[in-house]
Amino acid sequence: MNIFVLMKRTFDTEEKIVINNGQVSEDGAEFIINPYDEYAIEEAIQVRDKHGGEITVVTVGNEDAEKELRTALAMGCDKAVLINVEDDVEESDQYTTAKILAEYLKDKNPDLILAGNVAIDGGSGQVGPRVAELLGIPYVTTITKLDIDGGKVMVVRDVEGDEEIIETSLPLLVTAQQGLNEPRYPSLPGIMKAKKKPLEELELDDLDLEEDDVEAKTKTIEIFLPPKKESGKILQGELADQVKELVSLLHTEAKVI
Amino acid sequence: MARKVLTLAEIRDGSLRNVSFEAIAAAKTIADGGEVVAALVGESVQSYADELIYRGADRVVVVENEKLKNYTPDGFGQALMAVVDAEKPEGIVFGHTALGKDLSPKIATKLNSGLISDVISVEQTGGNFVFTRPIYSGKAFEKKIATDGLIFVTVRPNNIPALERDESRTGNVSSLSVDIKDLRTIVKEIVRKTAEGVDLSEAKVIVAGGRGVKSAEGFEPLKELANVLGGAVGASRGACDAGYCDYSLQIGQTGKVVTPDLYIACGISGAIQHLAGMSNSKVIVAINKDPEANIFKVADYGIVGDLFEVVPLLTEEFKKLKVHS
Ligand SMILES: Cc1cc2nc3c(=O)[nH]c(=O)nc-3n(C[C@H](O)[C@H](O)[C@H](O)COP(=O)(O)OP(=O)(O)OC[C@H]3O[C@@H](n4cnc5c(N)ncnc54)[C@H](O)[C@@H]3O)c2cc1C
Repeated sequence: MNIFVLMKRTFDTEEKIVINNGQVSEDGAEFIINPYDEYAIEEAIQVRDKHGGEITVVTVGNEDAEKELRTALAMGCDKAVLINVEDDVEESDQYTTAKILAEYLKDKNPDLILAGNVAIDGGSGQVGPRVAELLGIPYVTTITKLDIDGGKVMVVRDVEGDEEIIETSLPLLVTAQQGLNEPRYPSLPGIMKAKKKPLEELELDDLDLEEDDVEAKTKTIEIFLPPKKESGKILQGELADQVKELVSLLHTEAKVI
Repeated sequence: MARKVLTLAEIRDGSLRNVSFEAIAAAKTIADGGEVVAALVGESVQSYADELIYRGADRVVVVENEKLKNYTPDGFGQALMAVVDAEKPEGIVFGHTALGKDLSPKIATKLNSGLISDVISVEQTGGNFVFTRPIYSGKAFEKKIATDGLIFVTVRPNNIPALERDESRTGNVSSLSVDIKDLRTIVKEIVRKTAEGVDLSEAKVIVAGGRGVKSAEGFEPLKELANVLGGAVGASRGACDAGYCDYSLQIGQTGKVVTPDLYIACGISGAIQHLAGMSNSKVIVAINKDPEANIFKVADYGIVGDLFEVVPLLTEEFKKLKVHS
C-alpha cells in the first residue's frame, strides 16, 4: 500500500507565547511534531505493518523541519520529503500549503493519506480536506478508528462526541483525532536506522509551481496576546459564607446568572 | 459595499443550532447592507425555514433530498455548490462545528478561495472586514483579512451574538432541486454518546469536573448544579482517563473548545491543555482544595475547599436565587 502522512512541525503550545515585532517569537521555543500528526504517523505504521507497503512522510516548511521528519522516520516511516519553501513563499495560508502538497502528491498514486485533524498552532484544520479535494479523493476527518479490508474501508468518525460509522474505499484521506491510537516513542534502533533512511528535499521549482500559483488568499494583519487577566478573587471565611458571596458576585458583579 | 452573503443552517436533535443564528448575525455584518441568504440542507427540512427568517436571514434556499439525511462531504458539498452556483454569493459563513469544519475546506477549494476558520469576532475597519481568531490553543489571537475575492469564514459557537428573534420578519423561501450522486463515504450508523439536551459547545453555563471528582457517582452533584443553572456538564481529560465520564465531555486542547458565560471548574488542576479549551470563557469559577492549583490563575473567583461540600451548597444557593428572581 502506498501511504503518505502529512506532517507539520509546530510550536509546542505548552510554551509561553511571546510576541516580538508582531510575530510570535520562536527564540528558544520547543518545536514538536503536531500532536495530531503523531496519531497519523502511528496509524500509518500500523496499517503498513498489517497490509504491507511504504510510508512517506511529507512536510511543507523549512530545513528546521528535518528534525521532526527524522523523528517520524525513527518512529517507523520509510521515507521523508521536505518541501522547502523558505526562499519562495513569504506569506502562506492553508490554500498555499494544500496546493503545494497536492501538487507533490498528484502523480504519486497514494492509496491512503493520513494527516492530523488540526495543527495546534494555527488551528485551522483545513489542509487535509483541501488536499483530498484537490486530488479528487474522498476524505473523512477526526477519525478514531480505521479498518481496511481489501478495497473496503470502515472508519469511525468523532462528531462532537458522537460517533459515525462510515463506509468508504481507497484511495482515501483521513485526519486523526485523539483516541485513534497511542503514538509510539522512537526506539534507539529506530533512531539509528532513521539516519540512513532517505530524506528528499524539494522546492517549488521541482513541482513546476511558481510563487504566484500558491499565493495566499488571506492575510494576517496583527497578532496579539489576550488581555492580561486581573488576578481573580479567592474568597475567604466560612465555607457557607463564601458560597453565598460567590452567588451574589456572579449575580451582581459578573452578571452571568 | 453591499454584498450577498450565504450561510449554512445546521440542525441538531430536531432544532436549528444556535450557531446558525450567530452565523446569520456575522453574515449580516459582512453583507454590509446586502442580502443574507440561508441555505437549509437535509432530507426534510423545509419547516425550519421561517425560523431562519425570524433570526435575520433575508431569504432561505431549501435543498431537500433523501440522500441528504446524514451529512456527508460529497452530498452536502453538491447541495451547497448548487446553491452557490445559483446565488453567486460574495461571502459565506458556516458555524465552526464538526460539520462546518469538515465541509468548509472542500467548498473553499472548489471555489479556489481562502477560508478564515474559527472566527470569534468581525469588525469593519476601512474597507476591510477584519476577523479575529484564536491561535496557539487560545494563548494568542490573530486578525485576518481575505485578500482575494470571496470572504469565507467559519464562526466559533457562542462568540458572535445572534440577532434578536423577530417573528414579524418576512422573507422568500425557495426550493432548489439538486441531483445528489456518487457519495463516496456512507454513514452506516450514528452512535449517540452525548446526552440529549444542552450542547457543550453552545452551553451558556458549564460545570466541569476533574480527577478531584473521584468517581462516576462523584459527578452527580455537578449534574445537579448544572441542571439548576440550565447548563451542561463537562470534564477534564483526567476525569475521562479515569473513566468517571465519557470522552465526549472532555474539554481542552484535544477535547472541545468552549466559551460559556460561566465556567465552574470543580477538582480540576488547570493543566495548560485543559486551559486551552476553556480559558476564553467569560467568567471562570474554580473550586479546588489545593490553594496552589494552577486553575486559580485563570479564575475570576475561587473557593479553596472540598468540592463535595461546596458544590451542593452552591446548588442550594442558586436555587434560592432562582426562586427570588
Ligand atoms: C497532548 C496532550 C493533550 C491533552 N489534552 C487535554 C485536554 O484536552 N483536556 C484536559 O483536560 N487535559 C488534557 N491533557 C491532560 C492534562 O495535561 C492534565 O493531565 C489533565 O487536564 C489533568 O486533569 P485534572 O485537572 O482533572 O486532574 P489533576 O491534575 O489530577 O487535578 C485534580 C485536582 O483536583 C483537586 N481535588 C482533588 N480532590 C478534591 C476535592 N475533594 N475537592 C476539590 N478539589 C479536589 C486537586 O487539588 C487537583 O488540583 C492533555 C495532555 C497531553 C499530553
